[in-house]
Amino acid sequence: MTFQIVINLIIAVMWMLLSESYTVPSFITGYLLGILLLLLLNRFIPDTFYLKRVFKICRLILLFIKELVLSNYDIVKLVYARKPEFEPGIFALPIELKSNWEITLLANLVSLTPGTLSVAVAHDNTHLYIHAMNIDDINEEIHSIKSTFEKAIMEVTR
Amino acid sequence: MLLLIETWTEIISNIIIAILLLSGSFFLLSGSIGVIRFPDVYTRLHATTKGATLGISGLLIGAFLFMYTQYGIISGKLLLAIVFTLLTSPVAGHMISRAAHKAGVKPVTKNRTDEYEKAIQREKQHQK
Repeated sequence: MTFQIVINLIIAVMWMLLSESYTVPSFITGYLLGILLLLLLNRFIPDTFYLKRVFKICRLILLFIKELVLSNYDIVKLVYARKPEFEPGIFALPIELKSNWEITLLANLVSLTPGTLSVAVAHDNTHLYIHAMNIDDINEEIHSIKSTFEKAIMEVTR
Repeated sequence: MLLLIETWTEIISNIIIAILLLSGSFFLLSGSIGVIRFPDVYTRLHATTKGATLGISGLLIGAFLFMYTQYGIISGKLLLAIVFTLLTSPVAGHMISRAAHKAGVKPVTKNRTDEYEKAIQREKQHQK
């Protein structure tokens, strides 16, 4: 991934040198040309095309914004309910992610999604303890976190 | 004709900015009301971490658009502020809830579902 970005930057600088204009627009033109070249010569360069990963990161961010808005809707509904009905509790979420920063990302994303707040990480990094607004549907909650966030993070990092 | 289009775009951008500012302050307000209404630390943190992030983001995006349409300034500070609230708010929520749990605050639950407490107990027994 880094190798491809470096090549792309080199192509952009070369384009600036060749066209002899050292401005931001010419750099952007060079960068776009570099992307085109990398796309064409994809088969001869190690790793998959790096913009695919960038797209996945963008998708993760969009997913995150969607969940943030949804969670705010839930909170607002609870705040203005005459008799707020919820049953809070702490449950354990088994996680498959290994490295520290992946777990940090997952914990932060979980904190900002509907009805969940990460409380602690187990010492051996196998579980994430999450405080939920409605403890009744834990299994569903675990399933949804695993199938959306964990999958999206894995796609980005691996 | 051109003048008409200009006034229309101005009106529309003003409406968008107003909606962003109003909804941002609405979410902040409801987060604060949630802090008063919810029963314990953990549920209150739910209200603050979520309400505050979206509320502040809405306000800052509104301010950013206002600066851009009125004065033509692209304010990087506002964008950075959004990124940093998004980064710090969940971390703060996590740390406060963990600290509360370590200080012995019991979550309000009907069936006493507290897996973290159980895990700590298990570890203690293991050490003995």
